[in-house]
Formats: sequence, structure tokens, C-alpha cells
Amino acid sequence: MPKILNSYRFRRFKNRLFFGICLACVIIAIVPLLSILFEVIARGASQINLHFLTSNVLQGGIGPAIQGTLVIIGLTSVIGIPIGILSGIYLAEYGNNKFASTMRVINNVLTQVPSVIIGITAFGLIIIYVTGTYSPLAGAVALSFMMIPIVARTTEESLKLVPNSIREASLALGVHKWRTTISVVLAAAKSGLITGTLLGVARIAGETAPLLFTILGNSFFFQGFNAPMDALPLRIFLNSRLDAAEAQSAAWGAALILILMVLALNIGVRVASRGRNLSFKVT
Amino acid sequence: MQSINLNAWFGTKQALKDINLSIKPNAVTAIIGPSGCGKSTFIRVLNRMHELIPTAKLTGQVLLDGEDIYAKEVDPVMIRRRVGMVFQKPNPFPTMSIYDNVAAGLRLTGAKKGKNLDEVVRRSLEQATLWDEVKDDLRKPGTSISGGQQQRLCIARAIALQPEVILMDEPTSALDPIASAKIEKLVVELKRDYTVAIVTHNMQQASRVSDYTAFLYLGALIEYGSTREIFESPKNPLTEKYITGEFG
Amino acid sequence: MARRITGDKIFQVVIAAMAASALVILVLNAYVLTSGSTIVFGAFGSDFLTGTSWNPVEGRQAFGVLPYIWGTLLTSGIALLIGVPLSLGIAIFLAEMSPKSVRVPLSYLVELLAAVPSVIYGLWGLFVLRFWSLNYIETPLNQYLGWIPIFGGTPGGLDVFTAGLILAIMIIPTIASISREVIAAVPNSIREGAYSIGATKWETIRHWVLSYGRSGIFGAIILGLGRAVGETMAVTMVIGNATGPRAMVSSLFDPGQTLPSLIANGFIESPNPLEKSAYVGAGLVLLVISIVINIAAYLMVTRVLKIKGGAVE
Repeated sequence: MPKILNSYRFRRFKNRLFFGICLACVIIAIVPLLSILFEVIARGASQINLHFLTSNVLQGGIGPAIQGTLVIIGLTSVIGIPIGILSGIYLAEYGNNKFASTMRVINNVLTQVPSVIIGITAFGLIIIYVTGTYSPLAGAVALSFMMIPIVARTTEESLKLVPNSIREASLALGVHKWRTTISVVLAAAKSGLITGTLLGVARIAGETAPLLFTILGNSFFFQGFNAPMDALPLRIFLNSRLDAAEAQSAAWGAALILILMVLALNIGVRVASRGRNLSFKVT
Repeated sequence: MQSINLNAWFGTKQALKDINLSIKPNAVTAIIGPSGCGKSTFIRVLNRMHELIPTAKLTGQVLLDGEDIYAKEVDPVMIRRRVGMVFQKPNPFPTMSIYDNVAAGLRLTGAKKGKNLDEVVRRSLEQATLWDEVKDDLRKPGTSISGGQQQRLCIARAIALQPEVILMDEPTSALDPIASAKIEKLVVELKRDYTVAIVTHNMQQASRVSDYTAFLYLGALIEYGSTREIFESPKNPLTEKYITGEFG
Repeated sequence: MARRITGDKIFQVVIAAMAASALVILVLNAYVLTSGSTIVFGAFGSDFLTGTSWNPVEGRQAFGVLPYIWGTLLTSGIALLIGVPLSLGIAIFLAEMSPKSVRVPLSYLVELLAAVPSVIYGLWGLFVLRFWSLNYIETPLNQYLGWIPIFGGTPGGLDVFTAGLILAIMIIPTIASISREVIAAVPNSIREGAYSIGATKWETIRHWVLSYGRSGIFGAIILGLGRAVGETMAVTMVIGNATGPRAMVSSLFDPGQTLPSLIANGFIESPNPLEKSAYVGAGLVLLVISIVINIAAYLMVTRVLKIKGGAVE
């Protein structure tokens, strides 16, 4: 009898031990997150003031970077959102065939393609063949290559959640399928579409490598579609390689702005899809 | 085993009301009643599986050999070794061989491979009347045999631990009639060495295999007695209605 | 009649074309990378894959990406070594052990790790993690175990190890969240069977839940590997930027280089076609590795998550 009791106690101890270990894993994983947030705030917050946010880089500010990020997000969205959503509509509404499943697989593969590769491709395509110089257009194309698969997938997932009864009701009233899709189904999935798009934006807002090869970075504000442009992630990267303390501090300030933006988008997505069955993975 | 003033809840819904019921040793006790009457809940209370559900609550006592299994110092893990369970849908471990399935419980308490383990596995499979059918295929996955055989494997798995009580929650409802008949025969044999409690919605089965029967309705124990009494001369009109199939 | 068919048909064709964008993007990537690497492969052939020099100087040019394949392998290996156990612990905790109240906030925090942009990881790695790693891990290891080659050399903080460490943190959300889903998808009947023979919670998880979900978890790990292989900015900023034979590191504490970091560091500044082609060639190698890994992972994970009821072989 005592032998069994010992065995039980040991097993119970093991149970508690591993519970503790797993909990420790969670804590260990969260520590870097907290450290990053802490450091960015601690080192970047002191930089933030109106001058910093609005002057160009030579004057010690990151105005061009903020402007550039907004410009590139805008341009990318113009290309990426329509294509992504339409693509997602096809996959959801007409997608019961081999072509669609192949596209789905390719979309998934594309989301994992290293961002450097996307940068090289955009460089090779746009800069060599189209514009001849570094250009926000090339940057937008590069980022849209990354955005389209994400938006397509989230759109498809959102549309699939719309119950078939809605489609059938509309079709039964004699509405064409394309009209049904656009007016009825899309409207019903509106919030999912929006959150999916926001997710795509959040993802590309922080990308650096594709921009490195396409817009290069610039100390000055936007200079047209045939010139290099700055962006927050780029500015952080470029400044981090300089020895000057002011440049490095500016990098932290830019990091603070960038992380606030990205976190706001992510939390916005989370809040917006609360209470629904949507579970877009941030990864 | 014995339950005293047992009440159980799922969140705010009360599933069992004041159950006072004895499970006599070395006999088969059947628990019958219409769906939703709480018989599955009751049986899961007996081996402390009920508490695995997040919203479960319980008051009262359940005695095993006179000791309350819900006393503070008692570890559910220990209880579940002494009170085994067989489920409605056979659930042998798919990632393990037939041999390993039976040996699983023993390995958890440190039994090493060897003649001893082989002996126990063989004995359990024999008692579960499965040995002859699988003795050459012990390395095959536990799910590679038929449904009825899988259920007997689950019984063997439970028996391997030499429990004092074996609980069965509608063990044949997912099986075909031939397999069910085999299991019923097995249940009657098991009572020689074990105490058995079997939940069933099949009244004929209850009358065939059990010595005692308890009738539950809407969470309360309506009547309990020897199987012959319950089926031939039930005291409670509700029991009679159920037996004769007026509802259920 | 004719009008109705046209409207729907046009719409369908248009959006099908949009859906084809996935294929177009992939093909464009493949095309640019292959056509761009013809120069370097033409000049060096398979030596490009096995050579270790990286000399852009005109007249003495030699390019070989072996050290960077090695660097990619090393950093990803470290990332998996550190990241997988942590991720599994997290997945088990969130799926099986945590009380409901903590589950959602904690899993959200873990997912938030994936939302932080790579360049910010790099910045943090460059100015914070690198010193922590140097002081608390590299220097002690080098001091006491420096006779083992992989712990040898002189640690500086900006090296293969720190890069692997950062990668580990970055792949945790991927592996943990998929593993968590896989574990949650394990049918309850398995758990009940285990409890009924008196297994403790941990034993149930260890012997039965994890083995039932093993292919899904394996797929999650491969997916994490895919992410680690392609990760660019964070690695570039902490790996130390070594090129040529020196990049064929023997110690974890030497500065190194991965395929992505090589490209990020050198692509822009390369003036002549051969050199640029070398970077594109490196990109092609990286793309091939990445696609192979990710298709394998995708197949494994979707196969498991689709089968929720049956046994998984």
C-alpha cells in the first residue's frame, strides 16, 4: 500500500510541476513583449514633440517617415484592397473548383514568402522596367503583393460566414447573382471585410525589406513618384545603423509611433470582431 | 458503493435531486430512465468524472467501501483506479496498440514491461472474452478491430486495474445486436469478481443482465429494488408507466 | 435573356481574374528571381551553391552562398530549439490548464507578439537583447564551455546566437496558436478514456492528447520554421553581417549571415550586374527553400485540422 501512495504522490507532484512549467513558458514568452513595449516607450517617448513629428530628417525629425508611411499605405490599399476583396469574393462565392483551391493554396504560400523576395521582385519589375528609379509606386506594388493574399483570405472567410439563406432569399426575388453578391452578401459581411482589411494594413505597415529596395528612404518629404521616399520602418532601420546618438534616439521615437499605429490597428481588429466567430490569425 | 443525499448541478440547472442509492457488491445494478433523467450524470458522479465539466457542482456524499470519495483529502485519480468506467461510444486509444491499451493504466503506476505485464494483459483480455480474437494481433492499433471488439477492449482496459467497481454508461447503444449480446453476457460474468453499475435506456437489457434496478426520472430516484420486483411488480405508478412504455 | 447571362458572366470572369492574382504574383516572383539569377549561375554554376567566397571586387569576383545557407540553418535551428518547447508549453497551458478567465487575455498577449513589426524586434535586439544575451548567456557559456567549438570565439552580442534567440521569440506565436488549436481539436473521448483509468491531467496530455495531435503539432513547427527561414529585418540587425568564408561560422557567438540578411545588407549597394545577380540568386535559393517548407507545413496542418473525429495516423 505505501508504495502505491508514494507513486500517487509523485504523480500528483509531476502534475503540479508541469503545470508550473507550462505557466512559466507563458510568462517567459510574454516578457519580451513587455520589454519591447517598455523600451520603445521609455526610449521613444522623450522624442515625441511637434518638431519631431513634422520636421525632416536633417532637422532631426521624422516627418517624412510618417508622411511616407501614410502615402505608401494609401497607395498600397488602392491596389491591394480591391484586388484582394474581389479575389476573396471569387473564392467564397464561385470557388468550388480546382482553380479556386489552387489559388487558395498559392495565397497561403504567398503569405509566407520572405519579404526580401517581394522586394527584389518589385525592384526587378517596376524599377527596372517601369520607372527607372526608386519610386513609391514600386513600394506600393511590393506591399500589395503581400496585402492581396491576406485580404483575399480574410474576405473569403467573412463571406463564408454569411448564411446561405440570405443569398437564396435574394436570388429567389429574381436578383442576379452578381448583384446579390455585391449588394446583399457583401453588405452582410461588411464588418468582417473591414477587419480583414485592417489586418492587411497592419501587416504591411510594419514591413521594411520590400521598401528597402523600392523606395530607399529619403531625408525629405514626398518628392513625387519618381523619387525615393521615406517610411517609418525604413527610417528605423536606416537610423539604427548610424552611430550618432540623435539618430538612434530618433529611431526609437519612430518605433514608438509605428508600434502605436500597428497595435491600434490590431486592437481595433480585435475589438471589432469580438462576439463574432471571426478569428483571423494575426500570424 | 452508496450515494447519500446526492445533489448535482450543471451551472444553475439541477441534474440530480437527493439521490440515496446503494450499489450492491458483486451484483449488477441497472440504472434506467428516460433521456435527460440524470442517469449518465449519476454514474459520472460515482467515479468523479462529473467534476471535469467546468460548471459542475455537487453536494452530498458518495461512499466507496464506507469512505466518502468526495472528502477533501481524496484524490480523484485514486478513485478512478478503483472505480472504472466504460463509455457509450467505445474509445480505445487510437495511438496505441491493443496490448498497450490494456496495459495503459498499469504503466501509469510504473509497471514495467515483462512477464508480469504480459500476464495481466492476457488475463484482462480473457476476462473480457476478447483474448481469443486478438491474441495474434496484439500489436495492431486499438482502433483496428470492430466496434464490439473495441468495447470489449475498453472493458479489458478497465479490468486490468482490478477496480472494485465497474461503471458502464450505455455500453451497447452504439453497437449492433450481436456485439451487444456478447457484451451483455460478459456483464453477467463480470459480477463474479466486480461490482457493476450499468446505465441503459434499453429496458429489456436491464431486465436481462441486472440483479437490481434503479429508476430515475427528472433527476430524482423514483424507485429501487430487485430487478424482478421492478419489472414485475413496481410500486410506483411512474415506474410502471415507464416499464410499460407509456413514455420514455 | 442575353443581358442576364452577360452581367453575371462578366462579373464572374472579372473576379476570377482577380483571384488569379495569386498565381500572377507567384509567377512574377519566380520569373524575376530566375531571370535575375541567370547571370550569376551562368558564371559560377553550382559553385554558387557550394562556394564560400563573396568578393564583389571587379576582376576577382567570386560568389558562393553556402555560408548563408549555413547561417540560415543555424539560426532557424536555434530558433526551433528554444522556441518549440516554449510554444508547446504555452499551447498546453492555454488549451488544457488555464482557467477560463485568463485564457483569452493571455492568448491574446501571445498573439500580440506576432503583431510587432520585425524592424522593431531588430531595434530592440540591437540595443537591448544583445546586451542581455551577451552578459547572461554568451559570456558565461563561453567562459565555462568555450572549449566546445560552438561556444568558442569571442562573444560580442551581435551574432548567430542572438539572431536565433530573437527568431525563437518571433516564431512562438505561430507555433503556439496552431498547436493550441490542434490540442483543442483532440476529441474528448480520448481524454475521458485516459481519466477513466486514473490518469492525471498531465499524463493525459503527455501520453494521449499530444500523440493524437502530433502531426498537427509537427505541421505547426514546420510552419514556424518557414517563418524563421524567411525572417529578414530582425535578423539583419543583430546577426553581425559577416560575409565570405568568415560567415561559415563554427561558433554560435561569431557574427554570421543568413540568406535574407545578406540580401538586405547588400542588394541596394551593388553596382555591377554580376554582383546584383548574386543577390538575386541568393533570393532564388531562399525562395525555393521557403516554398518547400511552407507547402509541407500547409499540407500537414490542414489535413489534421480537417479531421476532427477520426484517428490520425
